[in-house]
Amino acid sequence: FYLTPPQVNSILKANEYSFKVPEFDGKNVSSVLGFDSNQLPANAPIEDRRSAATCLQTRGMLLGVFDGHAGCACAQAVSERLFYYIAVSLLPHETLLEIENAVESGRALLPILQWHKHPNDYFSKEASKLYFNSLRTYWQELIDLNSGETTDVREALINAFKRLDNDISLEAQVGDPNSFLNYLVLRVAFSGATACVAHVDGVDLHIANTGDSRAMLGVQEEDGSWSAVNLSYDHNAQNEHEVARVKMEHPKSEEKSLVKQDRLLGLLMPFRAFGDVKFKWSIELQKRVVESGPDQLNDNEYTKFIPPNYHTPPYLTAEPEVIHHKLRPQDKFLVLATDGLWETMHRQDVARIVGEYLTGVHHQQPIAVGGYKVTLGQMHGLLTERRARISSVFEDQNAATHLIRHAVGNNEFGTVDHERLSKMLSLPEELARMYRDDITIIVVQFNSHVI
Amino acid sequence: ARMFLRLLSDIQWRAANPKWRGMTSSRRSTSTTAEPHPVSLPAQAQVVICGGGITGTSVAYHLSKMGWKDIVLLEQGRLAAGTTRFCAGIVSTARPMSIELKMAHYSNKLYEQLEQETGVPTGYTKTGSISLAQTQDRLISLKRIASSLNVMGIPCEIITPKEAVQLHPLINIHDLVGAMYVPEDALVTSANVSLALATAASRNGVQIHERTSVSHVTVQKGRVTGVETDRGRIQCQYFVNCAGQWAYELGHSGEEPVHIPLHACEHFYLLTHPLTEPLSSSLPTVVDPDGRIYVRNWQGGILSGGFEKNPKPLFTEGRNQLEIQNLQEDWDHFGPLLSALLRRMPGLEALQIMQLVNCPESFTPDMRCIMGESPTARGYFVLAGMNSAGISYGGGAGKYLAEWMVNGYPSDNVWPLDLKRFGTLQSSRTFLRHRVMEVMPLMCDLKVPRWDFQTGRQLRTSPLYDRLDAQGARWMEKHGFERVKYFVPPGNDLLDLGHSKTFYKPDWFDIVGAEVKCCKEAVCVIDMSSFTKFEISSTGDQALESLQYLFSNDLDVPVGHVVHTGMLNEKGGYENDCSIARLSKRSFFMISPTDQQVHCWAWLKNRLPDDSNLTLEDVTWKYTALNLIGPRAVDVLSELSYAPMTAEHFPSLFCKEMSVGYANGIRVMSITHTGEPGFVLYIPIEYALHVYNEVMNMGQKYGIRNAGYYALRSLRIEKFFAFWGQDLDAFTTPMECGREFQVKLEKGMDFVGQEALLEQKQNGVYKRFTMFILEDHDTDMDLWPWWGEPIFRNGRYVGKTTSSAYSYTLERHVCLGFVHNFDEKTGEELVVTTDFINQGEYEIDIAGQRFQAKAKLYPFSSLFTQRRRKDEVELSGYQRE
Repeated sequence: FYLTPPQVNSILKANEYSFKVPEFDGKNVSSVLGFDSNQLPANAPIEDRRSAATCLQTRGMLLGVFDGHAGCACAQAVSERLFYYIAVSLLPHETLLEIENAVESGRALLPILQWHKHPNDYFSKEASKLYFNSLRTYWQELIDLNSGETTDVREALINAFKRLDNDISLEAQVGDPNSFLNYLVLRVAFSGATACVAHVDGVDLHIANTGDSRAMLGVQEEDGSWSAVNLSYDHNAQNEHEVARVKMEHPKSEEKSLVKQDRLLGLLMPFRAFGDVKFKWSIELQKRVVESGPDQLNDNEYTKFIPPNYHTPPYLTAEPEVIHHKLRPQDKFLVLATDGLWETMHRQDVARIVGEYLTGVHHQQPIAVGGYKVTLGQMHGLLTERRARISSVFEDQNAATHLIRHAVGNNEFGTVDHERLSKMLSLPEELARMYRDDITIIVVQFNSHVI
Repeated sequence: ARMFLRLLSDIQWRAANPKWRGMTSSRRSTSTTAEPHPVSLPAQAQVVICGGGITGTSVAYHLSKMGWKDIVLLEQGRLAAGTTRFCAGIVSTARPMSIELKMAHYSNKLYEQLEQETGVPTGYTKTGSISLAQTQDRLISLKRIASSLNVMGIPCEIITPKEAVQLHPLINIHDLVGAMYVPEDALVTSANVSLALATAASRNGVQIHERTSVSHVTVQKGRVTGVETDRGRIQCQYFVNCAGQWAYELGHSGEEPVHIPLHACEHFYLLTHPLTEPLSSSLPTVVDPDGRIYVRNWQGGILSGGFEKNPKPLFTEGRNQLEIQNLQEDWDHFGPLLSALLRRMPGLEALQIMQLVNCPESFTPDMRCIMGESPTARGYFVLAGMNSAGISYGGGAGKYLAEWMVNGYPSDNVWPLDLKRFGTLQSSRTFLRHRVMEVMPLMCDLKVPRWDFQTGRQLRTSPLYDRLDAQGARWMEKHGFERVKYFVPPGNDLLDLGHSKTFYKPDWFDIVGAEVKCCKEAVCVIDMSSFTKFEISSTGDQALESLQYLFSNDLDVPVGHVVHTGMLNEKGGYENDCSIARLSKRSFFMISPTDQQVHCWAWLKNRLPDDSNLTLEDVTWKYTALNLIGPRAVDVLSELSYAPMTAEHFPSLFCKEMSVGYANGIRVMSITHTGEPGFVLYIPIEYALHVYNEVMNMGQKYGIRNAGYYALRSLRIEKFFAFWGQDLDAFTTPMECGREFQVKLEKGMDFVGQEALLEQKQNGVYKRFTMFILEDHDTDMDLWPWWGEPIFRNGRYVGKTTSSAYSYTLERHVCLGFVHNFDEKTGEELVVTTDFINQGEYEIDIAGQRFQAKAKLYPFSSLFTQRRRKDEVELSGYQRE
């Protein structure tokens, strides 16, 4: 059936969320004005996740998109836990001590993060205790280490990523007496997720990326036009550095089997990821865990299957590549998105569409000819210009929604075609995945007055 | 409060649109200052017409011409001041439907002489019109229209783009493949046409009162008794609702609502100043349906509007002052149409804009206007919902409605426009709002065979809907009911989102072929639950007596027999065609076509005696109907019921209540509506899923499969079965379609239409239903017939086809249609004899191309596998779609 424009809108807007940084004394002192985010599922259930939070014990804001594969368990766990690991990594020694003492004596904890929850975000209640214990072990180790140096954001990000992945792996090896939890930690470990996380603190923007999601900066040139600057590198077969890295980490004899059909070991698209222990553990460990695991795991062909040419694990790492960027006045916004967006749109188009959206959201006054002398040609020119400006901007209150509308509905002329949108959005579940991937987008708008 | 709002909004309505004053000259003052009403309203009248636009004045004009004098016309504002005044004034006869074409043709002739008749200048100018085709498919659709115009005697030709530019030098032809020129189309000043009609009516004695609004119509015992207005009450026998876009609201204002399903949409057109060299007033109107625009000359400049893809419906919640005030120029909305205009006529770039007019038009759920009498209130007539063709249709539609009121029936088949084709189910505002948003763009969209509406769907469904849908059913809709076209087999391409939009061989050809084959060789199930089903029963013989009078066949048959019979009017024409099963001595079960639900009910209600011992009940919703077609149907059913189902035990045209599976009380009838052996099961809906599952499980070993209406259609047409609403109408008698055997002229009592049939039996018929087998038609390469194709006998036009289908058995196309015998010199209709039919060479004209056809008055007996009951010869079937 044909979807009417309101039906299309209700699908597109179902998961949208906007956050505006609150102002103090009528002024926003943060370098971030706010963010718009949205996601459009293609998998059922969706395997993408997104998170946003403000650090409370240090400065800065964290935003991230997570693209799961082989299920959504890993992406879900990472979206719940990663920001805590990052926040803890950034905390000074005294604060860590304070927190540990509070836990020890049963006092109320200092809040570490203020989450900006999206409509469908949920936290796994059952696992919170387990997750908390792992996190606590981490900060206890940090306290013991006490390097005394001021924390470097880059290092904190790398440590947090690696530590979380390590914990995911350990929890799965140790298991849990509670059978539900036991199955959960195994599902988390055997599925995978990429992560692209931004940490914004004043003019310091850090992007930590693991996998093939992407961060892109929207820059307004002097003439008003828009251009895109990449703030992350995709970790996949298209990235020659990445291919070289993988080859270097393994003996020459494996060179041919490492990357096949643009996939790691011929199987995995991203070259870095959380979870995915099938690419990290030794064969013996995998066998042992699967055999002692619950029946669901044992019956699952996927988990039992050992990748071919699997000789020198690990083949996969969660270690992120971190890029630091000092924000300039012309840097207007940041787009974090899973590969579902980048497959369909070039970053230049993304920059232009978001840029024009953010600067032109104002409603236009209707035209009235009145007593003026206007020719058909003049009117036509005027209308064409107006249409180009408003077109679909008109319908969206959210930059991410607007971007999804274009990503899904753009025709060959680069304008949104309702018929196409309607067809793409009414595809049956089993077909949707063939035509598009899950799309998750966060658009962060920067505050030019501060930068 | 309602009246207050009505008055107030009327003032606002004109205050918000002050600019149209300059458009017409006949009425100088449109000020809203109240004038004293000079004449008080009469206390009573025979007819009260509400609405002083083109439809209201046309009805008044024609009624008064036909001799009715005691008529009052009420207009809430000024005459011809609503949509009529704002409309573009184009009289266009290029209409795809025969009845619409006739109305437009008549309007054109009427307006042409109106100035002379009344002395009111109407601005009538015969400019002609050019319809452009940007694609080959569009050209095909224009050629089809050209064929039907030509056989009506209306000049019309298909021309090349170069010829088009000679007729209208401004047209850019680079993207055109052809065009259609209708030289006699005209332009009028629409308000003045309406005023001229009013003037003539007034001279004939019609009283016209402006600034008088009708608040509601009073109905007693199912008859109109009067109207309440803001200036008092008028008693009347007839009320005519010509209130245009307010007709829906007015229909709902009384105690007993009259459902008139229409909804307004904003409609925009542009007026310009004159060109430097002003355009000639005789320049043809240009219609560019692919660009969605029309362009006419207007005072040396142009008037151009169109039907955009994204219409703006309004007044969904009724008349609303805010919306009226917001009826302003919306240039951004008009933008795409302006682009299309400048693309078609680039030379107009420098032309100066005068105004963008916003004029709401009312649209109906099926794009056809609404006329006729309310099924619930006798004497309550309606003419509204003109789908932006009020001027083109107004004259002819007014004539038909006047005939209807004066004579009891119009002079032509207006069923496609009859109010009774709708029921309450099309009356939801949400439905109407969604549907008109689809209808308005459709005005310009290409309409290929078997297109369906996409909005307002899944309203009425069978309980098996989800089951069938999951098995690949593709759906069409009739009277709100979802019906299966065919089943896409698993593994077929699900990605086909483009449907089968073609004038040629459609993509479902093989799918339907396989279903037909299964009907012939094994057994198929078709869900036919949409049928209208009535039960008529009485305590004594009242039911039988009434039915014997209302139906032409003899219904005094043994219990368990099924009778095919027509429900005829006084002229012997089919008002309905149905099967009636005698369930018991005193009760009957009647099956009619889906869209008969309202019409047949009203017809029976109005004619059955007012007797509390005689009950008529609509049981449509109570039964699911499964049609088991095919030679193995008998095996499936006997295994499921442990009852012998062979012809000796269960002869053809028989009905029996029995158990199927666990379910009891299933009405099994040995008819299939296709001429194939089989049964229809009428299943109480709670058992529907059970019986369906049992049938499908049991049927597996006999090769059972689901089938849809396209297969049914192919089967019935190859066997020459006519169906009501497509082949049969109120102007066709059983004699004319070879169904004399379904009429019992000597059944011992009079029945409706008997006299007319006796006369026909004596004097012969003037048209004859005939089957045509296309001879030199290439199914793969040639255009497919649809319906409405002209039939030629020895090179001369004799009639039109009414339906067609590909016969998978004959491997030929079969067309059904009526053959007339027009006198070569006078054009007078002569008697059609069997010899006349048989001694002719026939051709069918498909979009201008003629194909040889063989005419037959009887179907191929080889197609029937079934032994038939003696009194039912081969034409016994009837069919409905």
